[in-house]
Amino acid sequence: MSKNSSETIKDKQKKLKDRALNAQNKRAIYGPDIDISPPSEATDEASLSSLKDLEKRLAEASLLAGIDVDEKNRSGSFFQRGNSVIYEGIKDAYQGKIEVLTIENALEKYSWLWDYWWSLVPVDMDKYTALVELYGRGGYFIRILPGAKIEEPIQSCLLLPENDSSQLVHNIVVAEEDSQAQIITGCTGAPTVNKGYHLGISEFFIKKGASLSFTMVHNWAEDFHVRARTGVQVEDEGTFVNNYLLLQPVRSIQAYPRIMLTGRGARARSNTVVFGQKEADLDLGSLIELNGENTSGDAISRALSTDSSRVMMRGRLLARSNTSKAHLECKGMILSHSSCMNAVPELWVEGAPQADMTHEAAVGPVSQEAVEYLMSRGFTEEESVAAILQGFLQVDMEGLPDILEEMLQKTLGKLVKSSL
Amino acid sequence: MCGKRKGGCEVLEIENLTVSAEGEEILKDISLDIPGGQIHILLGPNGSGKTTLLRTIMGLGNLRVEKGRIIFKGQDITHMPVDQRARLGIGIAMQKAPVIPELTLGELTNMMGEKHGGTRNASQYSQQLNCDYLQNRPFNENFSGGEMKRGELLQLLIQDPSLILVDEPESGVDLDNISVVGEALRNLLKARREVEKERSGLVITHTGNIMDYLNADRGYVMLKGRILCSGNPRDLFEEVEKHGYEGCKECQKILQKQ
Ligand SMILES: Nc1ncnc2c1ncn2[C@@H]1O[C@H](COP(=O)(O)OP(=O)(O)OP(=O)(O)O)[C@@H](O)[C@H]1O
Ligand SMILES: [Mg+2]
Repeated sequence: MSKNSSETIKDKQKKLKDRALNAQNKRAIYGPDIDISPPSEATDEASLSSLKDLEKRLAEASLLAGIDVDEKNRSGSFFQRGNSVIYEGIKDAYQGKIEVLTIENALEKYSWLWDYWWSLVPVDMDKYTALVELYGRGGYFIRILPGAKIEEPIQSCLLLPENDSSQLVHNIVVAEEDSQAQIITGCTGAPTVNKGYHLGISEFFIKKGASLSFTMVHNWAEDFHVRARTGVQVEDEGTFVNNYLLLQPVRSIQAYPRIMLTGRGARARSNTVVFGQKEADLDLGSLIELNGENTSGDAISRALSTDSSRVMMRGRLLARSNTSKAHLECKGMILSHSSCMNAVPELWVEGAPQADMTHEAAVGPVSQEAVEYLMSRGFTEEESVAAILQGFLQVDMEGLPDILEEMLQKTLGKLVKSSL
Repeated sequence: MCGKRKGGCEVLEIENLTVSAEGEEILKDISLDIPGGQIHILLGPNGSGKTTLLRTIMGLGNLRVEKGRIIFKGQDITHMPVDQRARLGIGIAMQKAPVIPELTLGELTNMMGEKHGGTRNASQYSQQLNCDYLQNRPFNENFSGGEMKRGELLQLLIQDPSLILVDEPESGVDLDNISVVGEALRNLLKARREVEKERSGLVITHTGNIMDYLNADRGYVMLKGRILCSGNPRDLFEEVEKHGYEGCKECQKILQKQ
């Protein structure tokens, strides 16, 4: 890493601030524009010595977002409540193999981190990135050390405890060479919290031969706005698996992670499973850039829309190497008359005529013929639709913890019943 | 429990059934009875209405019963929803079942096993019908003709209905698999016949091959939406084989009268 003297860091900080100031009113390309006033002063919450000391209502909320407050099957944990990081810890067995820190502390500890900071997501991309630079507090720094094989997932929870509050975070994950790990991030409001916004920047660095699976669960509520900006860089023979689950109501979410496969043989798989309900306005998908030789990628989206939700499923594969191979799937099922769904699958090839790129897109209702067929086998209409929807949303999510798998099934069962 | 017509115990009674689809009459004044334990065979040229009759009995599709009644074990099911009919004990092996990309064959048969008495049966039947290698494939997606037929029969075996409706079980099935399919059907029908009397079937065939496996009791020839003649299924089939449907003397007599 380059040597960053305090002088050059200050210089860098100033440049970032300036760019952010200039972008404060810059609208995002995708998603509805939301008006965000700068967040009010942050309150400092007392930190915990164990996640078990969490208030019951917060513990329950985080459980539903895949967080294990007992930390039993987790290697490390990070917990941010509003603007305050209240817990960070690593199990003894993993000391020296992983690091979990609040981002501000990490930037102080490692001057090299300034070279990563805002390197994959431009600070002036739009007003949301700008706001995070100007007013952001917290976010995690997770680092898996070279060669470390971490069996148990690292978990992080970003929780909004109060109504009408906000969270602006910037996360950095570094998977060092030949490391292996899984991260679960649960973003959630506390049970009675209905309104707020969450802006999250995430930058992932997957070094040579490293493998990281990242699962994000979003559990917001009807009046929440969420904007996520994510950049991922995967080096030679690295693997990045991204799972995104949204099963609860939300007002609007827009995210379009950019995964750059720069190294030879780098791989990525991005799974997006979303359920649009109530007034939700969802604009989700991912972009995989296949720059290196022998890179491969899969971007799989499954969406259901009901009530008067709007779901935009995007996906773009961009091949720049003749030996790249990638597949894109956008599939949606519409369950109500007043919901909308758009699938926008894009295949781009730049100077790589041999690249092997395929896509599949389908948007439609549940097949009546299939429902009738199952009914002719003795299943009720409800059972038939439920079976089809469950099957539809079942995508192979590598690294999805059992608890989330179970939760997905349970939630689905409930959602299907209520949507009939 | 059972209908008391002609003194017998009928599992299925169809009375003067007229059925239309999209405003067009497809079945005209069909009547037939299947007593418990009997297997009846339906013959007839393409488009004569055989599949429509089976689908009407099952309660499938956009078919409208204009006239007549369908009685199953003494109960009028003419307007009953399809799933209720299935739960009463009617099962169908379709001529052309839909593709369900959301479910694998294994998921589907497991669901059925849970519903109809044991997933152990499901795997045993799957083996018997040579379907094991299809378990993880999306249901009917790119299945060959024979694979689709075996998938249909596999489900019938698990479902174990008391009236089975089978639409061309042997079409598109190679000789080896005809015996697999035929044996399965025979077991389904015969084994039950010993236990309970009322296990019955209505089977559509073009080739007649399936009759080598089933002891069919009666046959019908359908033409243009009507049942024109009935009788010993083997005799009927021979007649049709020799002279074709249009050459069936009995049918011609009836046609000329009209
Ligand atoms: N839902 C429908 N709407 C309109 N026409 C229909 C419908 N279902 C069947 N038909 C027509 O009714 C007629 C009888 O069809 P059916 O499938 O019952 O014939 P089949 O005797 O089974 O023929 P095959 O031997 O080719 O299977 C055909 O002309 C068919 O096109
Ligand atoms: Mg037919």
